[in-house]
Amino acid sequence: MSDTSKPMDPTRRQFITKAGGAAGAAAIAPGVFLTTPAQAKPADQPVSNDKRWGILVDANKCGNGCNACVTACEEENGWGSANPSEDHSSPEQKAHWIRKVTIKDKATQHVTTLPMMCQHCENPPCVDVCPTGASFKREDGIVLVDKHICIGCRYCMMACPYKARSFIHEDLKDQKPWAPRGKGTVESCTMCVHRVDEDGTPACVEACNAETHKAMVFGDLYDENSEISRELKQYGGKEIRADLNLNTGVRYRGI
Amino acid sequence: MKQVLKYREIEGKSTGFWILLGGLGALIALALGAVLYMEHEGHYVTGMTNQIVWGMPHVFAIFLIVTASGILNPASIGTVFGKTLYKPLGRLSALLAISMLVGGLMILVLDLGHPDRLIIAMTYYNFKSIFAWNIILYNGFLAVVAIYIWLMMERKMNKYYPAAGFIAFIWRLILTTGTGSIFGFLVARQAYDAALLAPMFVIMSFAYGLAVFILVLMAAYAWTKRPLGDAVLFRLKNLLGVFIASVLYFVAVYHLTNLYAAENNGVEHFILMDGGIYTKLFWIVQILIGSLLPLAMVYHPTIGKSRPAIATAAALVIIGGFAQLYVLLIGGQAYPLEMFPGYEVTSSFFDGQVSSYSPSIWEITLGVGGIATALLMVTIAVRVLKFLPVTLEDAVVDPHAAKTD
Ligand code: SF4
Ligand code: SF4
Repeated sequence: MSDTSKPMDPTRRQFITKAGGAAGAAAIAPGVFLTTPAQAKPADQPVSNDKRWGILVDANKCGNGCNACVTACEEENGWGSANPSEDHSSPEQKAHWIRKVTIKDKATQHVTTLPMMCQHCENPPCVDVCPTGASFKREDGIVLVDKHICIGCRYCMMACPYKARSFIHEDLKDQKPWAPRGKGTVESCTMCVHRVDEDGTPACVEACNAETHKAMVFGDLYDENSEISRELKQYGGKEIRADLNLNTGVRYRGI
Repeated sequence: MKQVLKYREIEGKSTGFWILLGGLGALIALALGAVLYMEHEGHYVTGMTNQIVWGMPHVFAIFLIVTASGILNPASIGTVFGKTLYKPLGRLSALLAISMLVGGLMILVLDLGHPDRLIIAMTYYNFKSIFAWNIILYNGFLAVVAIYIWLMMERKMNKYYPAAGFIAFIWRLILTTGTGSIFGFLVARQAYDAALLAPMFVIMSFAYGLAVFILVLMAAYAWTKRPLGDAVLFRLKNLLGVFIASVLYFVAVYHLTNLYAAENNGVEHFILMDGGIYTKLFWIVQILIGSLLPLAMVYHPTIGKSRPAIATAAALVIIGGFAQLYVLLIGGQAYPLEMFPGYEVTSSFFDGQVSSYSPSIWEITLGVGGIATALLMVTIAVRVLKFLPVTLEDAVVDPHAAKTD
């Protein structure tokens, strides 16, 4: 336990102060205030369910060979190439929060690339199966893992249809305070919840826009006037494995 | 003339007894060493990856947990279905059930990323999770069976034990259904997406449980030089034959229905035809060596009456059971998740590829340690408490059966 909690200390302290001010919010979203990465929300604005955060990916715009979103996520959250301390793990064991997937239509040979990460399901199987409740969904639709409660059973990894989660196979150093990563626990894309809570945009989306590909739009799916809702309304968007009825927060176009 | 049934502790003074205890103890010590190493270093020293997240320890753990449930059968048949021949086996059967479950849970817990958080697992419940339900089911099972044993042993309480036996019987059916459902709920994985898995696990538990029971019974009576008559043994081995055949039937239905469901065609093709090690394990070990061969052996008019052959058949069923769980568990994960039907998929995270898994010595040691724990519990229990009937000769067990069989 101490292995994981040591690097978290600064955040934890921050958590205690903020959670104290937001005691009222704790009742609205039980569990939320136990989470380390999610504590940037000002005390007077509890995480509420009037918003549902989502990302729309336009695979037609996604650059074949471009890896900007992945690199940005690595930098932002301190994994992959941005965290050399994960050096004992084999490539199959190293964590991946987001990855570029290339798909080739077997019939037409048409090749498309797209970023793949936690789809922030509205009915997340990972949350359903988690025995301790460490996997949880915030009121605003973001799915997270509470690293303090995760026992490392990996049932969520078995249940996730998108292989979105990774298990940490060794002790890690140099972690970002907002993204503590503990040996023996499971982690996945947080939709950059620390940025979102400060009215920011996830790092991947930002990087994609900076690359001028503009293949990703982030926003509130419940707000009719948000860019993401307007785009979805106009052009539509698909869920990957829509047959599972998970109502994902990440949608795709061009696949 | 029917004699009264007497139970007695085993003597436990022979060198063999101490060698057995020492050997089991050593295996457990090795397992704990392996756990310390895995937990200290992290799971990178194991064969598990982010593609195959449940590895060899889970194969062992699930085998033991499933077996624990099925091994209660001799007790249930005696108590619930009132078959006198099985009554003397009740205590041992219940003891084995507890021990196997403890061994299996030990493996499961020690393979967690955070075994030190056991308290969390016991206090934070997500009641939507079948896994959390299983924790409750397992603990309840241990309690129910312990009470059942006590009622069987305590003469004054004897009249209540059929009720306890009945509860234990129902409980363990639910428990195995729960274990099977762990997989049944994984809708994302083609190999596990079948309601059939839960009943299949129940019937698997019958076969594995009886196989282990036969072996333990034969060993215990041979080593303590207590008489074990043909009546009991032949009845058990015939029952084993029925269970093996039932598992085969379920396996056939499972694969046929999966073949029928178009979306599961890929994984079926993988397991049955070109899954490499998994295909070999399935056809050669699970079906041929682990099912058809023992089936032929127990029903063969002459071989079926030889004790070494019966013991071998039981051992083969166990080997086949391990193969079955390995194919189901590891093979089911090795086959890539199908996210984009109709597309060829590649990525830097091994999407669209068959994953490979090679169990590490640490994981195997942990698994063996779980089995050793179960057996050590049994060995000590039969030494200090009256679990084993002094004799299971035909005349004692069931004079009728002895004549008709
Ligand atoms: S994509 Fe996977 S990890 Fe993310 S919410 Fe859905 S099931 Fe959970
Ligand atoms: S690994 Fe952690 S988050 Fe995942 S199901 Fe187990 S306890 Fe929950």
